[in-house]
Amino acid sequence: MSLVRLEARGRASPAMVYLTPLLAVGLTLASGFVLFGLMGFDPLRALHAFFVQPVSSVRGIGELVVKATPLVLIAVGLAIGFRANVWNIGAEGQLTLGAVTGGGVALAFYGDGGWWLLPLMILAGIAGGMLWAAIPALLRTRFNASEILTSLMLTYVAVLLLQFLVHGVYRDPDGYSFPESRLFEDDALLPVIVSGTRIHLGALFALLAVAAGWVLIARTFIGFQIRVIGLTPAAAGYAGFNEKRIIWLTLLISGGLAGLAGLGEVAGPIGQITPTVSPGYGFTAIIVAFLGRLHPVGILLAALLMALSFIGGEAAQIAMGLPKAITGVFQGMLLFFLLACDVLIRYRVRFGRRRAAA
Amino acid sequence: MTDLLILGPVIGSMIVAATPLLYAALGELVVEKSGVLNLGVEGLMLTGAVCGFAAGYSSGSLVVGVVGGALAGALLGALFGLLVLFLMTNQVATGLALTLFGVGLSALIGQGYVGIPMSKAGVIRIPVLSDLPILGPALFAHDALVYLGLLAVPAVAWFLYRTRAGLVLRAVGENHAAAHALGYKVLRIRFLAILFGGAMSGIAGAYLSLMYTPMWAENMTAGRGWIALALVVFATWRPGRVLVGAWLFGGVTIMQLHVQGLGFAVPSQLLSMLPYLATVVVLVAISRDVTRIRLNAPASLGKIFHPDA
Repeated sequence: MSLVRLEARGRASPAMVYLTPLLAVGLTLASGFVLFGLMGFDPLRALHAFFVQPVSSVRGIGELVVKATPLVLIAVGLAIGFRANVWNIGAEGQLTLGAVTGGGVALAFYGDGGWWLLPLMILAGIAGGMLWAAIPALLRTRFNASEILTSLMLTYVAVLLLQFLVHGVYRDPDGYSFPESRLFEDDALLPVIVSGTRIHLGALFALLAVAAGWVLIARTFIGFQIRVIGLTPAAAGYAGFNEKRIIWLTLLISGGLAGLAGLGEVAGPIGQITPTVSPGYGFTAIIVAFLGRLHPVGILLAALLMALSFIGGEAAQIAMGLPKAITGVFQGMLLFFLLACDVLIRYRVRFGRRRAAA
Repeated sequence: MTDLLILGPVIGSMIVAATPLLYAALGELVVEKSGVLNLGVEGLMLTGAVCGFAAGYSSGSLVVGVVGGALAGALLGALFGLLVLFLMTNQVATGLALTLFGVGLSALIGQGYVGIPMSKAGVIRIPVLSDLPILGPALFAHDALVYLGLLAVPAVAWFLYRTRAGLVLRAVGENHAAAHALGYKVLRIRFLAILFGGAMSGIAGAYLSLMYTPMWAENMTAGRGWIALALVVFATWRPGRVLVGAWLFGGVTIMQLHVQGLGFAVPSQLLSMLPYLATVVVLVAISRDVTRIRLNAPASLGKIFHPDA
């Protein structure tokens, strides 16, 4: 019998649900301290350059919001699916397709746009993401194929499709055969809503998504069905809930939001279509969803933290020559710690040998 | 006749392209047979690739490189095992975390090794057989890991279906509560299976960075870890069929290189989609038979086991 063991709690600890994300962040920072030290950097200076310096100016905070915007949009959608055990991990591909379709509309009407162009692009971006998510939905509901694998495979296909297009029909005709599209015209760009920063209209969409996501999960019958299917699939079956409909719905919602996020990138901070439209927002959003406890408000906070890991990585690269890859290490580590700490929600740690049962 | 002459090299390169998939999928098959779903194969492969390259480059020995890759994979696998078995974390989420972590970690370790070329491994020609026309060089002139990979298929099959330990491992994967009641150490058996799977994924990655390419580049596995996961489903958890699947995908990978060589003007990006699209098609073709999947999949796959519950 081991000296440390886990003992099941009578019921899940509500306090731990909120404490474990903080614990995980603390452990990640502590590990970062050790990691920087091992790599031969001054740990305190490195952590400061990574997590404090980038957000100590208005411009820096603006960048934080710009990076958090796609993360919130995607993670709110993913969380709805995760609650129903629908594992859409291809959001990166759906984001890419949103950029392809929404950005394609901008290029198609280049030179003769109007007030209607931006709404049309937004609709096209959402539709593109939905279309890409509809494929795993169809394959899962009709052919029983795991949406985990199909949605991920389609991510590679989407990224290759984008590259094919920017090397071909999307390429700027006056761009000396650089694989980039024309710069979007003003009526194809999301307006900046806070002057002095790059925060754009997409940030408002993200807040709307948070509100809508909360209403859907907490206040509607559909949301109730999603939660029941996720917690006890058998009960959902006896209650007559239509699982296939929920699979379709959750994948379409998450795909549409990811598509919107992709459109927001090309019509926002990037302003054109480039061979790479995302530094991996679709994958980081998975971490955001878990760190935010699959709750829209939690996701908002988690997205800001993960956005910090992106701009912190860039800033630390410039200021101290730290490798950019460290962002991914921090993100992965955070999810590991979070999952590990979550054991405290349902179990308590006991030291010493177990006493004989009375 | 010229068509026949091209057949030899095509089959040869197909077998080579299939080798990393074969190692990774065989490892994952054993893990899943014990009832654990490890979605982190991609991260394990990347870590194996970079650590294998680093070990091979600094020691100048390919053997040290491959062993280094295997150890790195097993070590990262141990982390996964610790989380899903002893801290009872969600296997899907933990596997995803493993992949995200592996992508970052490998890029961090590998930043000093980008773009350094390595000399290729020596080819072992099997006497007499490799002198056969056309098929001789295609089948019997490869590096040692190709042959070992082919030997691993019957070895894994023999272990799973002909040894007591294999029977116990399958029992744990089918019904962990019953296996526990019979006195088998469910967690220990699963942990060992995960270590084996991690080492095999590590070898698969090391094969890419030491033999196949041979160099290190960020994200060089390009989804092969995920394709290996799909292969296990395709093979309905049978080692022999993993080999068939790996060759099939090796063939698709090679096809994209040869289509352009044959004079078809298909853009390279569209050709590169082929392995991913083929994975989706194959997955759909196998999964649509729900009964077959249900009969073959380990019944406790992905379920959490707590000895006191």
